[in-house]
Amino acid sequence: MASDATRPLLSVKNVEVIYDHVILVLKGVSLSVPEGGIVALLGANGAGKSTTLKAISGLLRTERGEVTKGVIEFRGDPTLRRDPSEVVRRGIVQVMEGRHVFEHLTVEENLLTGAYTRRDGHAAQRDLDLVYRYFPRLAERRGFAAGYVSGGEQQMVAIGRALMARPTLMLLDEPSMGLAPMLVKEIFDIVARLNREEGLAVLLAEQNATMALRVAQYGYVMENGRIVLDGDARTISENEDIKEFYLGLTGVGQRKSYRDVKHYRRRKRWLS
Amino acid sequence: MSDDLSFFFLLMSNGLLIGLMYSLIALGFVLVYKATDAINFAQGEFVMIAGFVTAGALMVWGAPLWVAVALALVSLVAFGFVLERVMLRRLIGRPVIAVVMATIGLAAILRGVGPFVIFSGTKPLPLPIRDEPFMLGPIFIPPIQLLGAGVSLAFLAGFGWFFLKSRKGIAMRAVADNQQVAMAMGIDVERYFGVAWAMTGVVSALGGILWGNLLGVDVNLALVGFKVFPVVILGGLDSIPGAIIGGLIVGVVENIAAGYVDPYVGGGTKDFAPYVLMILALMIRPYGIFGKRIIERV
Repeated sequence: MASDATRPLLSVKNVEVIYDHVILVLKGVSLSVPEGGIVALLGANGAGKSTTLKAISGLLRTERGEVTKGVIEFRGDPTLRRDPSEVVRRGIVQVMEGRHVFEHLTVEENLLTGAYTRRDGHAAQRDLDLVYRYFPRLAERRGFAAGYVSGGEQQMVAIGRALMARPTLMLLDEPSMGLAPMLVKEIFDIVARLNREEGLAVLLAEQNATMALRVAQYGYVMENGRIVLDGDARTISENEDIKEFYLGLTGVGQRKSYRDVKHYRRRKRWLS
Repeated sequence: MSDDLSFFFLLMSNGLLIGLMYSLIALGFVLVYKATDAINFAQGEFVMIAGFVTAGALMVWGAPLWVAVALALVSLVAFGFVLERVMLRRLIGRPVIAVVMATIGLAAILRGVGPFVIFSGTKPLPLPIRDEPFMLGPIFIPPIQLLGAGVSLAFLAGFGWFFLKSRKGIAMRAVADNQQVAMAMGIDVERYFGVAWAMTGVVSALGGILWGNLLGVDVNLALVGFKVFPVVILGGLDSIPGAIIGGLIVGVVENIAAGYVDPYVGGGTKDFAPYVLMILALMIRPYGIFGKRIIERV
């Protein structure tokens, strides 16, 4: 087992995804997540971040998507073409984009559904306490219908619910979406703590590159279904192109003025 | 107590007990709707087939009662499972109308197949309970209604507990709420569709035995299924407490109508009074008394 030390927790190699048998969405994506690491997957809307996560978790099938090429290995075992519930049992759980909670279930019932794949009822109770320790606000809201709690709390429910499955790897899709900056920071801090204290590995798909690179150790940048750039978080955040396109900073490190952006956009439109 | 008042109490008590028996059948409808979003127009026919199986086993094949009851339960559960597997699973993701039409077709087939395969004509479905009603002052209660109400309450409570407290019940509600997310949590969604239909088989079997005893078994037994619609519209399509309350309301309303209005118009109000209420309910509170509103955030 000498290879264990070097083998990543998750490795995705050359994955191609086709929707509806025709539309090529991922064009050979490769990435890897080390044991206990946080890896950011950056890119604009429609770059293929969510599709990548769904290819890993097996949820692609529910959207008529199909992995046509490539290999996805979790701890050296192929996870491709496995049932989503089997993938969860093996330790990968996805937190879907857009804070999907079970609206008509209470906060606590939502959390309990996360423990569905686990047989041991007592462990579920212990993990409930763990989730409430990380998200004290959920403990206050436990009896509320999840559809009626605030957006930030719903995101916490979604993450807490995924934690209840006791995953080794969490696929976290756009946790900052539609949340106030304060809440985004709060949630990212908790993710970083979970990583540090529970050893949870995270593959984090984000448009908000600034926040994502603050907690991640490594990053990949996606465009049009391809990985166009990767490197450790610091190198990426210092890359001139990334600053320009994803962090909204100019070369000198200052925030870009709105007039420049307008000018730039106008020129680009004219060219195309 | 005056005669008027005791007549009123008689109508009420009968209505409440019969109402609980409606609740039992409505529960079958609610279970399927809750878990799979399918509207089962063949609910009455499920009940009818259960009646046919039980009465057939008792009267035609001469089986003892417990065998007949077990046969009804097993065959209806199996029927629910197979139906989901063979027919309804293929309709997942299609427009609602596809499922509606499929179950209407299924209803017609069952009405044809029941008499054809098992027996034709009307047969009684005797249960070993006494015929003379219990007298409670001016009120008399037929034992079958008491049994029916008891069985209904037990199952309604049982399913209520299942959905609120058990791991599988919570998972089932999660499936009903959002299938894709349920799948992401590792819940095997399709298995729960089968479970929902099998549970409908259980309540339909019990409903068939109770209503079969009350009305006799023939094709017309399926008509009790029609009463399910006012019950679930009043109570809420996806609510178990709603099924109880809706059943009680329908039972009481039709009895009151039969007792007070029928003498003036010559009968028949019993059959449509619940529908008047249903239409009013649709106009005022379309999601029912307990039905879930769609939560929208702005």
